[in-house]
Amino acid sequence: MEILISQLFAGLSLGSVLLLAAVGLSLTFGQMGVINMAHGEFIMAGAYTAFTVQQILGSAGWSLLASIPVAFLVGGALGLILEIALLRHMYHRPLDTLLVTFGVSLILQQLARDIFGAPSVDVRLPELLSGPVTIMGTPVPAARVFILVLTVLVVAGLSLVMNKSSLGRRTRAVVQSRDLAEASGISSRRTDALTFFVGSGLAGVAGVAITLIGSTSPTLGTTYIVDAFLVVVAGGIGQIRGAVIAAAGLGLLQVFFEFGTTASIAKVIVLVIVVAFLQIRPQGIVATRTRGLA
Amino acid sequence: MSAAAPSTPSTSTTPTPAGTRTLPAVTEGAGVWTTGPRGALLGLGVGAILLLVVAPMTLSGFGLDLLGRYLCMAMVAVGIGLVWGRGGMLAMGQGVYFGLGAYIMAMHMTLADTTLEGESIPTFMRQNGVDRLPELWGIVQHPVVAVAAVVLVPTGVAGLLGWAIFSRRVKGAYFAILSQALAAAFAVLIIGQPVLTNGSNGLSNFHSLFGWDLSDSTNRTILFLVVAAVLLTMLAVTWQLYRSRFGELLVAVRDQEERVRFLGYDPALVKTVAYMIAALFAAIGGALFVPVVGIISPADIGVVPSIAFLIGVAIGGRATWLGPVLGSIAVSFAGTQLASVFPSFWVYFQGLLFILVIGFLPGGLASVTGFLRRRKTSETIEMEVTR
Amino acid sequence: MNRDHRPSYLEIRNLRVVFDRFVAVDGVDLRVDQGDLRFLIGPNGAGKTTTIDAVTALAPAQGSINHNGHELVGRKTHKIVRYGVGRTFQTASVFEDLTVVQNLDIAAGLRRRMRDMVRSRRGVSPRIQEVLEAIGLTDHQETKAGVLSHGQKQWLEIGMLIVQDATVLLLDEPVAGMSQDERDATGDLLAALAERHVVIVVEHDMEFLRKYAQSVTVMAAGKIVAEGTVAEVQASPLVQEIYLGAAGTKSLEEARVDAQLVGLDPDAVTADSAPEGAKN
Repeated sequence: MEILISQLFAGLSLGSVLLLAAVGLSLTFGQMGVINMAHGEFIMAGAYTAFTVQQILGSAGWSLLASIPVAFLVGGALGLILEIALLRHMYHRPLDTLLVTFGVSLILQQLARDIFGAPSVDVRLPELLSGPVTIMGTPVPAARVFILVLTVLVVAGLSLVMNKSSLGRRTRAVVQSRDLAEASGISSRRTDALTFFVGSGLAGVAGVAITLIGSTSPTLGTTYIVDAFLVVVAGGIGQIRGAVIAAAGLGLLQVFFEFGTTASIAKVIVLVIVVAFLQIRPQGIVATRTRGLA
Repeated sequence: MSAAAPSTPSTSTTPTPAGTRTLPAVTEGAGVWTTGPRGALLGLGVGAILLLVVAPMTLSGFGLDLLGRYLCMAMVAVGIGLVWGRGGMLAMGQGVYFGLGAYIMAMHMTLADTTLEGESIPTFMRQNGVDRLPELWGIVQHPVVAVAAVVLVPTGVAGLLGWAIFSRRVKGAYFAILSQALAAAFAVLIIGQPVLTNGSNGLSNFHSLFGWDLSDSTNRTILFLVVAAVLLTMLAVTWQLYRSRFGELLVAVRDQEERVRFLGYDPALVKTVAYMIAALFAAIGGALFVPVVGIISPADIGVVPSIAFLIGVAIGGRATWLGPVLGSIAVSFAGTQLASVFPSFWVYFQGLLFILVIGFLPGGLASVTGFLRRRKTSETIEMEVTR
Repeated sequence: MNRDHRPSYLEIRNLRVVFDRFVAVDGVDLRVDQGDLRFLIGPNGAGKTTTIDAVTALAPAQGSINHNGHELVGRKTHKIVRYGVGRTFQTASVFEDLTVVQNLDIAAGLRRRMRDMVRSRRGVSPRIQEVLEAIGLTDHQETKAGVLSHGQKQWLEIGMLIVQDATVLLLDEPVAGMSQDERDATGDLLAALAERHVVIVVEHDMEFLRKYAQSVTVMAAGKIVAEGTVAEVQASPLVQEIYLGAAGTKSLEEARVDAQLVGLDPDAVTADSAPEGAKN
């Protein structure tokens, strides 16, 4: 029983980290069709933001609280610059955005290496989060509980924004028809920029969370980006709900298979499952327009 | 077969003059380096003279090894040009096939060296506390089996995976992401099995290839010549492929996959075949990389090296015949030159290349001359009009 | 044309197409034989294109679709094409980056052997030459299809159908956007093709229909409401009701257009003057 709960928790915890890393992507990739490989580096930037804030403030607790909004702004600003300088001109070439943003991610990684050095750095945990807490008689790391809660808050907040606010309505309108939205007076440029700002900002927040469970290095982003994309692909385009289910599923599967085998084999099995899943529900299908194929 | 086409429509149907339209550079199948038979022979001939005669005569042993390494990487690029440039499939995980070929070859060579030294299992395995040779290794002990595995395993994997993905019409970004995830999983798998693969250290320190001493300089020159000949053969094959009906069909699938379906072809089959050929080229490149460079490790095959293969292809012109090879060699060369002098500058430069070439010159350098030529013709037309 | 020289046919029985609970085609029975030139007409949303889609497996079909003894329901698109069913689309879709000859060559290549696939094309086969003549594109054979005019692209599509050895030709609005001369040429071409093929044309252009249709099937709301010669269909009270009686539920403009579509006097719909040139 204790093993089951701790495994279950480990799976959900991994899922929540994946989701935090992927939720911004499900906005920018899912809603806008931009494949932003630099999203991982925005996460990395968020992590280094947490590190820097802690260097300045000193106190682990206050700096954690302060670095969440700061990292959101840092990630968002990076995303905004990327959108305005490059992606804005490439919405009709989604595959090429992938490679362009890969170039950006190379540059950001090297920047981090030149500023902070190649060896990894550690962010101190606040006292409160460093020990275990007991859930249903099972001790689990408090930092992971914190991440789980943070993820729930972020996702709930984002769904609220997407469903209730004017940004959400405008985003959905632009996704459905750029031209129609423009014609009804929605500036698709401003909506794109704002959506990208929010999506990238969430990457920054994910970065802060990740400092709580591991050390920070310039290649931090590459560890998460592939899995984050898998979550979005398996979850379905533009579906925050889908991303939640996919992240939880992938997290649980990974932990489940790790239990019987090793982490690396589990990773391969999970990938095979995603490919098999796409056999049943191929999200890649672009619905064929029957009156014309062009 | 219906014998005759129906009667000719009345003469009043003389078609209206074709409207002029400039096609975007990317979709152009042809660039400056796509050539007719004479041009292709010329290109292959010049390449053969440079690689098979000039290079061995002028370069030092070190220089030749370095060039051999570039040529192995260029083999991956030829395949990427085929699937990405002609087939429109952004294969971001070619490192997997490169790695499969390389590791099969490296396992065979390690085993051969071990036998020569009179040992029963490789040193790294002993260090990992293994005393019996794993079965996976035993398979590739025979050179013929090893070579067959280099060809069959990667093409088999590519065939299965390609068919699973393409027949469900998963395409575009989804295919790209899956292929990238494949590269990530493969690297993780290699690192995670230190007993079988020596983990992140990789396999290295090879002394012989099929009984030939690799430290002998004549043998190394012969090895280089083999590598060069293989690359030239691949170029000849792709040249024929591009002008063949299969090549035309592939472009048709890239541009209008659904329409091809209504001509009775299965686009998934066309795409899978192209993907398998690209995997084969990458695997051969990997297998030759091992004796030439002397080491293979997960650092050469993961997500980042897999994407790095793409930049040379993009610079040279993804849809052209020679562009991918030339671009790949140029990038490899620039990489070694710059990285040895200013390591961090090279990374910035590489990043900038991706941004500038893909963002602003999607047809690659090949499209620059095409662009200039087009501008020239439009200027001539304008002149004629004003006259 | 059939290999064993028996006339070709396409027989649809009790065809139903349902999208999420919306019934787009509801129990259609339709048989068209070689030698007939069948026009399929009806108001917007009647299910004409959906019927064609069902035949080519683009829409989920229930029921039976039989071509020369082959059941098509449940087969994949490219298999159906291999049984000899070819179609065009409302928006001409040709391979814009390939030349006219390359387009035709790909269409003709269906039954090519592996060995021929890796070979390059040498010259232009007599068969493709013939079709180039028929579709009036001989002078443009090396032109990239992307720069052809709209009408020329439509012809190229029809040419592709011919060389791919289709025995059933499904044409979705083949003359939309064509000039009068181009329409006539297309009509002559279709009439000639109908002798050797099963031809079904979805069309809104009534002038074109009256000139070239040998028989007409009228669809409305997913069902077939009338079938016969042009005169028979025009005289059918049911057809008149569908086109005229709907005036209350749709705008006058639409009703008038629909009325003109079946060749009725648009003035019967309203006292207003007849709309001019409402063709599409």
